[in-house]
Amino acid sequence: MKKSALPDPFEEARVNKGYGEMDDQNDPVTMVLGLKDLRKCAHNWKTFQSGATPGRIVIPSEVNIRDTRQIPFEVDPPEHKDFRALVEPWFKRPLEADYKATLTQQINDIVDEVLAKDSVEVVEEFSLRLQSRALTLLLNIPYEESETWISWGTHVFRSEGEALDGDKANILYDYIDERITQAIESPGADLYSMLLAATVNGKKLTREEVKGVMILTFAGGRDTVINAVTNSIAYFAEHPESLDRLQNEPDITGRAVEELIRYFSPLTQMGRVVTEDTQVCEHAVKEDTRISLCWASANRDAKVFENPNDIVLDRKINPHVAFGFSHHNCLGATHARQIMNILLTTLAKKIKSIDIVDYKENIEELGEFKRKVGYDNLTVKFKGR
Amino acid sequence: MAKITFITTDDKTITLEGTSGSVMQLAVDNSVPGIDGDCGGVCSCATCHVHVAPEHIEKTGVASEIEEDMLDLNDYSNERSRLCCQLEISEALDGLVLQVAESD
Ligand code: FES
Repeated sequence: MKKSALPDPFEEARVNKGYGEMDDQNDPVTMVLGLKDLRKCAHNWKTFQSGATPGRIVIPSEVNIRDTRQIPFEVDPPEHKDFRALVEPWFKRPLEADYKATLTQQINDIVDEVLAKDSVEVVEEFSLRLQSRALTLLLNIPYEESETWISWGTHVFRSEGEALDGDKANILYDYIDERITQAIESPGADLYSMLLAATVNGKKLTREEVKGVMILTFAGGRDTVINAVTNSIAYFAEHPESLDRLQNEPDITGRAVEELIRYFSPLTQMGRVVTEDTQVCEHAVKEDTRISLCWASANRDAKVFENPNDIVLDRKINPHVAFGFSHHNCLGATHARQIMNILLTTLAKKIKSIDIVDYKENIEELGEFKRKVGYDNLTVKFKGR
Repeated sequence: MAKITFITTDDKTITLEGTSGSVMQLAVDNSVPGIDGDCGGVCSCATCHVHVAPEHIEKTGVASEIEEDMLDLNDYSNERSRLCCQLEISEALDGLVLQVAESD
């Protein structure tokens, strides 16, 4: 097994019965594993709702550490549509030329930084920094603010045993409260101020709603981006020929981004709360229990993907669900895709090879399944072109 | 070369000329409203959804199974729906008229 491989632990269950089961803090989850079934459930927001108790659709559940509803993520149609329409243009800004140019500069700089070092612990010294700096662009706030977020370390939500840690979550929630207060006192051109000034259905957003959007923005794009970036470095370490190929055929970069994201599926799954007794994969699920949409499993479904466990850098048809599916698809996808696109281009231009020196895998325990989602740490040496 | 016409959701008509690549790319390069092409054309995002004018179905052919599966669960799809990233520009598409589909 290559060090950079992410095995698919769901295959047998997916093929044999279509679902899996796990417990999560005494609130069990039926995991939907096949792509077709998953899409149907994701689309059916009436039976499988997002607007449940805040934190409950997240796995592991955040019910005990969070009261604020994340918006638009934990809101169902029809209200969902108006909130989504409000934030959508802001989250499409990564397509603008200025945004792209600044992000390119940031990624160029950080690649130069690690090239100048002897060895680099990728998670802390590369991915977390890259993610934090890029987030200042998404929020449209000064670059220096990223220093605060970097100082929090990789796990704002997680402590050592992966259990949810209320104290760490509070660091983030208190911080966001403080910044909202500042934006009320002196509004600027940042996301907080935009939200504070916004109206949905003729009503101003409440402070709690603004907080809900901000928590989503911070939490949704942290571990996911860090894993995508770190896993990319591990992949290129073992596939230097892919760096050469991207340099020689830059036109495939977009496809390569989609393929890496399919393969990595940085978010393993997302839950929904069942609103009526029903069935998934011919398996009864009861009202007020949870199902999960297991993106990581669906993205290896051999009924849809040829050679699902291989990274086919220029995969042409790639109907993956790594950014979710239907109404609640990932709000940060444009930002994430832009980061990955620029990262691949920059690595192909500047890096000749990467050597893995040491690593520790990050394995999620999901009931009957164990899934590698990335690395707790990954130490490498970069060699420039 | 092919002339392709897009009718936007607010009934504006945009006619473009292309020689190669996908219809989605042509639309994105020319900022046709409603065609975003988020996934770059790998059939994953459905932000390139169009309805083919009834008289032009023969030009485009029908959707593949994978494309069909994506469209199946789209609230705005009908029997003339296509994801236009799956339409390769060629002479055969000359004169094609596409209605940009609504989305949420
Ligand atoms: S551009 Fe994404 S499906 Fe066509």
